[in-house]
Amino acid sequence: MRAVITVIGKDMVGILAKVSGMCAEYNVNIVDVTQSVLQDMFAMIMLAEVSGCSVAFEQFAEQLSGLGRENGLSIHVMHEDLFNSMHRI
Amino acid sequence: MLNVGDILETITMIEEEHLDIRTVTMGISLLECMDSDVDKACEKIYDKITRYAGDLVPVCEQIQKEYGIPIIHKRISVTPVAMLAAACQGANPVKFARTLEKAANAVGVNFIGGYSALVHKGFSAGDYALIESIPQALAETEHVCSSVNIGSTKTGLNMDAVAKMGRVIRSSAEATADRNCIGAAKLVVFCNAPEDNPFMAGAFHGPGEPDCVINVGVSGPGVVRAALAKSQGLDITGVADLVKRTAFKITRMGQLVAKEASKRLCVPFGIVDLSLAPTPAVGDSVAHILEEMGLEQCGACGTTACLALLNDAVKKGGVMASSHVGGLSGAFIPVSEDAGMIDAAKAGTLTIEKLEAMTAVCSVGLDMIVIPGDTPAEVISGIIADEAAIGMVNFKTTAVRLIPAIGRQVGDELNFGGLLGAGPVMRVNTASPAKFIARGGQLPAPMQALKN
Repeated sequence: MRAVITVIGKDMVGILAKVSGMCAEYNVNIVDVTQSVLQDMFAMIMLAEVSGCSVAFEQFAEQLSGLGRENGLSIHVMHEDLFNSMHRI
Repeated sequence: MLNVGDILETITMIEEEHLDIRTVTMGISLLECMDSDVDKACEKIYDKITRYAGDLVPVCEQIQKEYGIPIIHKRISVTPVAMLAAACQGANPVKFARTLEKAANAVGVNFIGGYSALVHKGFSAGDYALIESIPQALAETEHVCSSVNIGSTKTGLNMDAVAKMGRVIRSSAEATADRNCIGAAKLVVFCNAPEDNPFMAGAFHGPGEPDCVINVGVSGPGVVRAALAKSQGLDITGVADLVKRTAFKITRMGQLVAKEASKRLCVPFGIVDLSLAPTPAVGDSVAHILEEMGLEQCGACGTTACLALLNDAVKKGGVMASSHVGGLSGAFIPVSEDAGMIDAAKAGTLTIEKLEAMTAVCSVGLDMIVIPGDTPAEVISGIIADEAAIGMVNFKTTAVRLIPAIGRQVGDELNFGGLLGAGPVMRVNTASPAKFIARGGQLPAPMQALKN
C-alpha cells in the first residue's frame, strides 16, 4: 500500500533529511516528493510505498508524528486511498 | 500525484473542522436466537453478538489509524427484541436488555440498539410486555437503546401506542431522575422508522435485513460551515452547490470506511447514512451552518427554508458518492447535541414550535429536547402525535426524543455529558390534549399511502 506523508510547519534546515532519514530507517521507499515554502511556512507532501515497512504501519505513523512533535512540525501519515476517494470520481 | 491543495484540504477538515465517521454500526439478526425459554434465548443472543462483533472495535481502530480518520463510535443494532419476547410469554423482557448490555460490554461498543417494538398497526405478542419494560430496561443498563415505531404512511398512527409512549417516556425519565433522566435520552418514538439506521438511539436491525451488515453514519457539520465561511458573497444557488460538493467529499470518506470495514470483517456492506450529525463541540453544529447562510440565530424566520436547502443539498451531493444510501439521511437537529441549537434555545429564539416546523423539511424530528419535569404524559403523547402526523403525511421518518427533566423547570439545564451534550429546559404548551389522546384507536392512513 502507498501512504501520503504530509509535513507542515515553520521552515528550518534539515526537515526533508530528517523525514526521509526516518523513512529509510524503516525501509519505506519514497516514490514522489513535492514541497514548497511560503512565507516561512514549510509544506511537504511525500508519496511513499510502505508495503516493505519494517514495523507495523500504525507504529511507523506514530514514529513520524513523534518526530514532528520534537521539531515543532505537524506530520501526518495516511493511506493514499483516503485522498483518492475524496477527490477523484 | 495527488493535488497538494486537495491533500491539505482533507487534513484541515479532519484536524480543524471535526470531520469524522460518527459511527460504524453492525446490524445483527437475532431471529435464530428465538426460544420459548428466555434464559436459553439470552444465551444464544450473547453468543451470537460476541461471535459476530468480536472484531468490530479492533478493526475500526485499525482503520482509524491507517487512514487517519477518527471513527467516534462503534455500535451494534439488533432485531427488535419484541419479536424475541413474543416467543417467551410471561417472561420479563428486561432479561434481554441485561444480556444486550453484557454483550455490549464484552465487545466494547458504545451503544447497542434494538430494544424495540414495531407497533404501527397494533400490538402483537411480546410488544406490550416489551414497551412496559422499557423504563426498567433503560434504568438498569447503560449502553442499551430503545425505540418504538408507532406509525407509518402505509398504516396510519396507532393512537393507543401514542398514548402509551407518553407515559413510558415520563417513567423512563423518572426511573433515572438521579442520573439526569438519561433513560429518556436513550428512547425514541418513530413514525416510518428505517430498518437500516446506524444512528442511536433509534437503530435496530429490521426483519428485512440480511443476517449481518455494516452500516456507516458520517458526520461533518463543521466542514460544511467552514466551506461556507470561506466562500463569502455566494447567492443561494451557489450555497446549495457548495454544500453539495462538500457533502460529496464527506460521503466518499464514509463509503471508503464502510467498504473497508465490511471487507475486513467479512460482513456485507449495507448503507452509508448521509446525515449531518452535530456534536456539542464548538464548530460542529448544524445551527451554525444555518447561521452562516445568513440568519442572526437559528430559529429566526427563514430557518426552515435554510434547513430545507441544506437537507436537500446534502442528499444530492451524497447520493452519488455512495453505492447504497439509506438510514435517516438528512440533517439532524438534536438540541442538546448542537452548540448553536443550545445557544438559540437558551436565548429563546428557538422554540419547540419552530423545531416542529423544521422537522417537516429535515431528517428525523424533535430530538434531544429537554422539557419541564411536570409535563403531563398526555402532552408528551400530543407532541408525539403531531410529529408522527408530519412524518405520515410527508412520507418521511419523524421521531420524538424528549427528556422530561424531573424536578426541574424552564430556565434549568440538564447535562448528560459526552455526545448527548447538555440542554436547557424548553417551554411546552400545556393546554391539555388529554381527551384526544384517551380516545385511542388507529388514526387512518392518508391518501398518500394509496400509491399502488
